[in-house]
Amino acid sequence: MEYIQQWFEQLFGTALGSTLFLFAENLVYILAIVIPLLLGVAYLTFAERKIIAYMQIRLGPNRVTFFGISWLRGWGQPIADAVKAIMKEIIVPTGANKFLFLLAPVITIAPALAAWAVVPFSPELVLADINAGLLYILAMTSLGVYGVIIAGWASNSKYAFLGSMRSAAQVVSYELAMGFALVCVLMMSSSLNLGAIVMGQQGDSFLNWYLVPLFPMFLVYFISGVAETNRAPFDVAEGESEIVAGFHVDYSGMAFTVFFLAEYANMILVATLTSVMFLGGWLPPFNIVPFTYIPGIIWLLLKIAFILFFFLWFRATFPRYRYDQIMRLGWKIFIPITLIWIVLVGMIMQLPASVRDTFPLNLWFN
Amino acid sequence: MNAQDTIFYFFSAVLILSALGVITFRNPVYAALLLVLAFFSAAGIWLLLEAEFLAIALVLVYVGAVMVLFLFVVMMLDINLEKLREGFWKWFPFGTLIAGVIAVEISLVMMGDQFKQMTSLEPKASDYSNTKELGRLIYTEYVYAFELAAVVLLVAMVAAIALTLRHRTDKKSPNPSNQVKVKRDDRIRMVNMAPETKE
Repeated sequence: MEYIQQWFEQLFGTALGSTLFLFAENLVYILAIVIPLLLGVAYLTFAERKIIAYMQIRLGPNRVTFFGISWLRGWGQPIADAVKAIMKEIIVPTGANKFLFLLAPVITIAPALAAWAVVPFSPELVLADINAGLLYILAMTSLGVYGVIIAGWASNSKYAFLGSMRSAAQVVSYELAMGFALVCVLMMSSSLNLGAIVMGQQGDSFLNWYLVPLFPMFLVYFISGVAETNRAPFDVAEGESEIVAGFHVDYSGMAFTVFFLAEYANMILVATLTSVMFLGGWLPPFNIVPFTYIPGIIWLLLKIAFILFFFLWFRATFPRYRYDQIMRLGWKIFIPITLIWIVLVGMIMQLPASVRDTFPLNLWFN
Repeated sequence: MNAQDTIFYFFSAVLILSALGVITFRNPVYAALLLVLAFFSAAGIWLLLEAEFLAIALVLVYVGAVMVLFLFVVMMLDINLEKLREGFWKWFPFGTLIAGVIAVEISLVMMGDQFKQMTSLEPKASDYSNTKELGRLIYTEYVYAFELAAVVLLVAMVAAIALTLRHRTDKKSPNPSNQVKVKRDDRIRMVNMAPETKE
């Protein structure tokens, strides 16, 4: 690293060289996160088709082999899909606002990728170890809805517009419940830094994870996350059977694919955040020998995969919610539950230590 | 000019241009989107001032929630520009007067002694948490003022809902909790009947 920095400084002068080196260094780190993420997205679409197929007693994609290896049937499918999407023409409807129409997919995917900057993969592996990481994540995930709104409006079509209006109301409602659920996590860990939140869950076993004391908040956060990513059973923004495909009905080719990528990247993000905040991030389930040999990032990836499986399972299981019931669930059930739990956690934190230590609460509050 | 200055001038230029765009664009959707951009650039400038809590709160509250609802409304409106421009020259002197008062007020604040003392910003230690400090001040020294502001907001919220709430009598809507409570036996009746035979 130092050798490359010196090389930059010789090439561009000391001041400009060190600045350029900083940019180049961070660019490499960003690519090291984004490229595996996009590969993960590609194979998540494959996993979704395969898993839902098996749940419905079908085979799923099984034609495209991977480099001609015969037993990897279907594993080339995401790559074939990507090639097809790149080849297709992007059609801009005549009545559409061309600039905003093409800007919308970019606005959708940018926050989905930007939020990864603060996600800790292990105690050392984090791009930006900032103090207000949790707030940053909340701010970034709240920006994703703009892409959907702009896409719906710029398409100049009624179905697309209806889809974007549905999505806007839904995302704003569920963001509140999501934020309140995270307030509980923040109270328990007394830190906004995601790394510190994971360290707050360290202990002998998985009983120390915030999943146990904050179980209702885990459910609220996860279900709100499903609603926030517009996934089934909350996919009224798309609603194939009602409004064709909702906000992206007029998109084709790569412009559509970018929306698709953003949706799956957001799913992986919600799964990662759930693992980091409730399932102990990179921590092993038992802090004893055979489990501690496995590196932390493997544990994190296993937890992410576990949560992602639920996303796919939900899609194969539940019928779509009716719109008024989505609103009822968000405003009249989740928000009161989170408010009660915040007060409860606050009361337990204010108990004198001598009282707290007499019953098992000293595992989480000390 | 170092990297920080470059970033500052970039954000400032974007902020001023987008703020100008907000008041000059005819299309209200463009104006609202440029206001979003203006908020975002302002947040960037606050980040440079090491006020990360305020910057992120600006993005979270104004960009993430308030402007989404604003766009929601603006996109649904069918705004007639001719009608909007009708009384422009009639109200022009009044508008100029208000603009003048605001300009005088801002200059009085900016030329005050407090601003002259803040010439440079000392960089804080890396473990300094802006959020923690802000929270400590709000809930200890300024707790009464803070609670009062919260009560004012609550009253405004209740008033806004009370002003727009209309009880319609001709509305037919299902009660979701009744629908959720429905059991199988309420809807299905199992009938035991003998097989019919062909005559």
